[in-house]
Amino acid sequence: MTKINHHIPDSMLAAYAAGTLPQPFAIVVASHISMCAHCRGSYEAHQAVGGVVLDGTEIAKISGDLKSSILTQLDEPFTPAAVYDRSGIYPGPVVKTLKGNEPRWKTLGMGVRQDILSADSEGSLRLLYIPAGQAVPEHSHSGLELTLILQGSFSDHTGQFGIGDVEIGDPDLEHTPIADPGDPCICLAATDAPLRFKSLVPRLFQPLFRI
Amino acid sequence: MIAYEQNITRGKKPTFGARRYERNLVEETQKEVSDETVWMLAVRDKRDKAAFANLFDHFAPRLKGFIMKTGMPGEQAEEIVQDVMLTVWRKAAQFDPHRAQVSAWIYQITRNRQIDVIRKNNRPLPEELIEPPSLECDISQMLALDQEGQHLRQALAQLSDDQRLAVEKAYLGELTHQEISEQTGLPLGTIKSRIRLGLERLRLELKGLR
Repeated sequence: MTKINHHIPDSMLAAYAAGTLPQPFAIVVASHISMCAHCRGSYEAHQAVGGVVLDGTEIAKISGDLKSSILTQLDEPFTPAAVYDRSGIYPGPVVKTLKGNEPRWKTLGMGVRQDILSADSEGSLRLLYIPAGQAVPEHSHSGLELTLILQGSFSDHTGQFGIGDVEIGDPDLEHTPIADPGDPCICLAATDAPLRFKSLVPRLFQPLFRI
Repeated sequence: MIAYEQNITRGKKPTFGARRYERNLVEETQKEVSDETVWMLAVRDKRDKAAFANLFDHFAPRLKGFIMKTGMPGEQAEEIVQDVMLTVWRKAAQFDPHRAQVSAWIYQITRNRQIDVIRKNNRPLPEELIEPPSLECDISQMLALDQEGQHLRQALAQLSDDQRLAVEKAYLGELTHQEISEQTGLPLGTIKSRIRLGLERLRLELKGLR
């Protein structure tokens, strides 16, 4: 197993623990934590801080019957929510987003495929499939983009990204990721704004493909 | 304080060595591990309702105060308190004292529940790592984690009022990650290392964790 070198920044893990990340990012972070013991440790450290804040909170009086009401419910049967485990290359949170199905790939040309998992006012989340040696069209970001590698690897001028690594794209980053030789690169990409492409042709296709 | 001998071996037939280990653990446990952890382990391993009632008495008023701080009215806050406390009972098997203090674990359950209620969609969560029942308790790890919790508490208390307020706001879910990144953080390095040791302990046992 290759070592994960590119992690989620602390501020994002804190926001994830507190629940303030937009949903597409939250799914990427949950997926990365599922693969990365290092970031799981950091995430749980933020829970510890949350716990200290909770423990130090001024108490509020509880209604008289709440405790007895809860105690009588302890023996009631309940159905646990479905748990989505890892399936193949896809970590649990991705499997859950796919509702347990295989991705439904749509061809984008040049062997590149994608499956848009969500796209709304909070941003978008999609799976990308990039054949070895193939470039993702050069693009910059009007917002933030998180890309988690699930299979294969890609490189751009900032370095190499392998399984479990997360690349963070912000408005300052203009890059042309190229999938490395070997397995096709499959990654999970989240944005909080539409991507901007530099050349005219991809821009024309942008509304069509929503990439 | 409640002793919790059984969960030391958790269903495994104790060997001679384990039994001796166990006795030491119980003594140490009663001396040092926090009440909340002992109650939570009694809930997890013995489904102890009296211990659950103790957890309720400790956490429910704090939870209600915490939830109301996020602007939720009292009645709705109590509904969340109820959901959280029932989850504590039902998902007790997921509590791992080598990685989390009870307050940390309940904090996350609370935020998850609040977000599910507010956003009406399911919050994405990482895959769970559940401690295998065959794994023996490591009291020194539990105690060290408790100590890290104390250090955090002190570090928080030593912040300026403005900084402390910012930390509270961040963990109450009132700041974006950009806003959090602009804050000077708490010294989290040592507790992270400690929690990673708790994870390392599982890593030897679990498949699929990378």
